[in-house]
Order: sequence, then structure tokens, then C-alpha cells
Amino acid sequence: MKLKNKRNYVGVLSSVFAIFIGLLVGLVVLILCNPSQALPGFMTILTGAFTHGMRGVGQVFYYATPIILTGLSVGFAFKTGVFNIGTPGQFIMGAFGAVYAGIMWDRLGGLHWAAALLASIVLGAFWGLIPGLLKAYFNVNVVISCIMMNYIGMYLVNWTVRSNKTLFNTLRNESKDVASTAVIPKMGLDKVFTGSSVNGGIIIAIVVVILIYILLNKTTFGYELKAVGYNQDAGKYAGINEKRNVVAAMMIAGAIAGLAGGLLYLAGTGKHIEIKDVLAAEGFTGISVALLGLSHPIGVLFSGLFIAYLTAGGFYLQLFEFSTEIIDIIVAVIIYFSAFALIVRSILGKIQEKRAKKEEMREGGGQE
Amino acid sequence: MSVIYFIFQQTMLFTIPLMIVALGGMFSERSGVVNIALEGIMIMGAFTSILFLNLTGGKMSGQVQLILAILISMATGAVFSLTHAYAAINMKADQTISGTALNMFAPAFAIFVARVIQGVQQIQFTNTFRIDSVPVLGKIPVIGPMLFQNAYITTYLGIIILVMSALVLYRTRFGLRLRACGEHPHAADAAGINVYRMQYAGVVISGALGGLGGLVFVVPTSTNFNADVAGYGFLAIAVLIFGQWKPWKILGASLFFGLMKAIAAAYSGIPFLASLGIPSYLYKMVPYIATMVVLMFTSRNSQAPRASGVPYDKGQR
Repeated sequence: MKLKNKRNYVGVLSSVFAIFIGLLVGLVVLILCNPSQALPGFMTILTGAFTHGMRGVGQVFYYATPIILTGLSVGFAFKTGVFNIGTPGQFIMGAFGAVYAGIMWDRLGGLHWAAALLASIVLGAFWGLIPGLLKAYFNVNVVISCIMMNYIGMYLVNWTVRSNKTLFNTLRNESKDVASTAVIPKMGLDKVFTGSSVNGGIIIAIVVVILIYILLNKTTFGYELKAVGYNQDAGKYAGINEKRNVVAAMMIAGAIAGLAGGLLYLAGTGKHIEIKDVLAAEGFTGISVALLGLSHPIGVLFSGLFIAYLTAGGFYLQLFEFSTEIIDIIVAVIIYFSAFALIVRSILGKIQEKRAKKEEMREGGGQE
Repeated sequence: MSVIYFIFQQTMLFTIPLMIVALGGMFSERSGVVNIALEGIMIMGAFTSILFLNLTGGKMSGQVQLILAILISMATGAVFSLTHAYAAINMKADQTISGTALNMFAPAFAIFVARVIQGVQQIQFTNTFRIDSVPVLGKIPVIGPMLFQNAYITTYLGIIILVMSALVLYRTRFGLRLRACGEHPHAADAAGINVYRMQYAGVVISGALGGLGGLVFVVPTSTNFNADVAGYGFLAIAVLIFGQWKPWKILGASLFFGLMKAIAAAYSGIPFLASLGIPSYLYKMVPYIATMVVLMFTSRNSQAPRASGVPYDKGQR
């Protein structure tokens, strides 16, 4: 138990270290570009999200909703030993499922939005299932098949939306509005965060985070998934069906990423599937969220909020004539340095070693 | 006949950058470092070199300008890839993670700097590099129109890089050592090879070729650069695997991918293909689906370098 706590502590510390360096690089870039505006600009990144009080906080929750889930998708897959870089594809498939159901199944009344979300989960799960099956039965590298699935999914969605007259808005080259019954209810959040785009999606996202936490930490199935993640051979030796595990893990990860797409495109904020040959950015952001949150469900929740917070602050940077890409630069640097967990660990190890040695010296009366 | 020449010329425009980048990826993976950052490296290489084209447009003759841009793109890619090498080799970081970070960093950086320098994120350049017909060679029947008309010097550079890569990898001491590091670094180390140095070499070569590939991709197909290489870096990774980490097979794979891309881009102008009525999306999807199918049949006994993606730790057994 003690060891586990220590490991978590080192992990959190390495994330904090990475965030610190990322922000530092951001500040340096701002200073290099325009020294006089750099400090106010930097303060905007840090506090800009609160510019409009509760409305700003609501916006942070709104931005955070999809990336918490794509982050959870990547993080969950990480825990089970696979790198799910397929979130952009699963996300857009989920978004397509939600938009399709949101437009076509318009006779469901009050259940419409839930059915549309279910469609997004199913399509996302299907898109995750394929790399899982290929890994289990053909030993195909998950990273590569996921990258392929991203592009296949993107083209497939664009193709289907474009060729379906009831879905496609020819004038704006994007999907049409979903029915009003398919929009996720506000669940009272609009009263608290007046004027913001936040909706029940964030509550659903948090519930999913808790469910995954329970699945991973309190169930036999979750234990098996993690065991295979730590050591595939040991898991196999212990009688765990590692084929079933990788398929299940990818399917669940895909379902979560698909739900992320559903929640964003049913938010009722005028989000449409645009016919562009570009992979969904929310999917890639999920990788950052997962890495920063150490792949732990609760960590992912907070890192998702953190990145959404930076993004919301970055919005106001345009006031200082800095472009919002600075946020992406900061996040990229954070990810780069969070991969360096090893140095933080070794530095901490050295400090501890020194301390232990000093204590030893003291106890031994300084004799050598 | 002219339709076939047209398709072939178009195919070369897509094939050459893919092949160059995939060959770059080959050097990195053969040394034992997975380089998923090729997309980001392409963007950085294209960014600096096209900025150079933008700033020096009209000040020097087209081909000289292009050659200088080529050198700049390679240098940029090599320097940028050092960050990946440092993370992967010195820090023993997860190579996929550091690669992902580079992929995120590059477009953001390119857009940000372009805005600071010139206000807008698109960087315009004037294409003065197309060679209508190479003297003498362009007049050869069949081969002339296919390879020596409407061509760019980058096409010939790509072919030179292919031949050089094959020679270096299989016919030099350096190539043998590089491959040894990717297969069994501990054995290589025991034989007196400096594994870290070889891996640095592999990653830096992949960076130089990746950066070059970015420029080679943008120049013939566009007149501005918008911090984007349309996923070619990821596609090159697919080509690399499709080509089983071997130079000549990479040529074959990139020809196939290039042909599909060319058809998707230009099929409406080709009467025979337009009459088939197959939607362009299908051609766009085929390379990715084909890669999946090939992977299904080849992954059981993959030719991937054994130690690729595993940080080399001297103390480990």
C-alpha cells in the first residue's frame, strides 16, 4: 500500500513538473513574440476562463465534456496495455451515430436523445472492436490499425453524410441540425451557469468516469484487464483469456470515445459534421488528457478540466493579438515532458538516497 | 496514351514524398526507435522551407531556390527529430508519447509563427520549379513523357535517395550496425557498437528525410502551405509497414498508395474512370483498407525490427 501511494505521488509530481515546464515554454514564446504584451497574455491563459464568472466556468465544463471522455478512452486502454490512438475515428463514428439517429429517429419523443447517444456508443464500440479483433486473432499492431481506422472512419462518415439527402446540408457542406428532441437536456445546469453552453453531457461524462473507475478497481473483470496490461504473459499464465480481454478493452474504449462524439454533437450548440478531410481534434486531445491524467479515471477527469480551462483562457488571448495555437504548443510541451516521468523518478530517487545516506551516517556516528 | 502519362505523372507526385518519408521511418525503426512523429516532422520541414521560398521568391532562379529549400527542410527535420531522439534514447521515454507530442507541437508552432511573421497562417509561394521537359531525355518515347516531362528535380532526388538507402542499409558497415541495433541492441553493444549513437543516427536520418518529404509533398500539389500535410506522415508509416521495412518493397507500397491517391484526386478528369461511377471516397479509403488487409496476413510473422520501440537500457539483461 505504501509503495502504491509513493508511486502515485511520483506520478502526480511528474505531471506537475511537466505542466510547469509547458507553461514556462509558453511564457518564453510569448515574450519572444511581443515582450510588452507577454505578461498580460500569459495571465489571460491562467485566469481567462473566469473572465465571465459562472458563464466562463460553464464553458470550461462544456469544452471538457468530450475530451474527458476521449481521454478516458485512451487512459482506460492504456491501463489494459493497448495504446488507443484510434479515438479520432471512434469519436467521429460516434458523432455520426448520434447525428444520424438525431435526424432520422424523430418519433421517440423524450427518449430520443438517449437513443441517439446509444447509437453513438454502439458505433464507437464497433470502431474500437475491429482493431481489438485484429490484435487478438491476427496480431496486428493496435497503433497502426487504429491509425488506419481513423482515416477509414473519417472518409466513411464524410461519404455517408454527403450522399444522404436527409442528412446533408448542401449549402453549408455539413450535416443538418438534429431534431430538438435529440438535444441533451440541460439537467438544471443552465440555471447555475447562466449563458454558457454547458448541458447534461458533463454529468453523463462524470458518471462514465466513475463507472470506469469502479470497473477497473472493484471488479474481477477490471482486475483481469489490468493484469494483462501489466504483463501479458503473466496474465495468460494465470488463466486469463488475453484475447477476450484485448477485444473487450478496445470495444469499451471505442464506446467511450463514441459517446464523446455523441455528447458533443448533441449538445445543441450548432455543432455539425463538416465535410472536411481532417481527423477529429478532440480525439487527439484525448491522448494528451490521458497522458497528463496518468491514465487514471479520476486523474483524467481533472486533466480534462485543466486542458479545457487552458483552452477557454486561450480564447481571450486574441485580445492581445496572440493566436490561440499557443495553447496547443503548451499542451504539446506538457505531453513531451510528461513522457519524461523517468527523470523525475530518478531525481527523487537520488534525493531519497542522499537522505537515507545522511541518516545512516548520523546513526553510525559518522564512522566510515 | 496521354491519359496514362497523366496518371503516371500524378502518381509520381504522390509517390515520391510518401517514399522519402517512409524510407526515413525505415532508418529510425531499423535502429530500434519507433518514429510516429513523421507527420509533425514533415510539417516542420515544409514550414521552414516554404517560408524560405516565400521570402526569397523571385530573387533567384527557380531550381537554385528549390535546392536551397531542400537543404533547409532536411536541416529542420533533422534538428526537430533530435527532440524525439533525446526523449526516446536518453530519457527512455515512451516513444509513442513523445512522437505524439511532436505531432501536436508542429502544426501549432507553424501556425503560430506564421501568424507572428506575416499575419495569416497560409504561406504563399510561387511555383517556378516545374520542368516542362528535361533536355534530350524528355524526348525519349514512353519513358520521356512518364519520367522527364512535367517533372520536378525532387522526383529524381527521391529515386537517388531510394538507391542510396538500399545501398547504405545492406552494403555498408553503417547499415549492418544500424540493423543490428534494431534487432538485438545488447548483442550489438557487446560487439562494440555504440547503440545510442546508432539510434541517434537513425532518428536524425528519419528527421532529415521526413522534413524533405514535407517540402516535396507541398511544392507540386499546392501554392500555399497551411500547416498541414494531409496525414501523409501517418500514411508513410503505413507504407513502411506495407513495405515490410525494406527499401524496394517500400517503393512498391508507395507506388500503390500514390496511384490510389492520384486516382482519387484526378479520376473525374479521366473518362474511363469517370464512367465507372465509383465515388472518389472509395479510392481515398482503399490504401488504408489495403494496409489493414495486408497487416492481417503478415503480422503473424512480422518482419518488424525486433527491438523497435523498446528503449535500450545498457544495464538490462
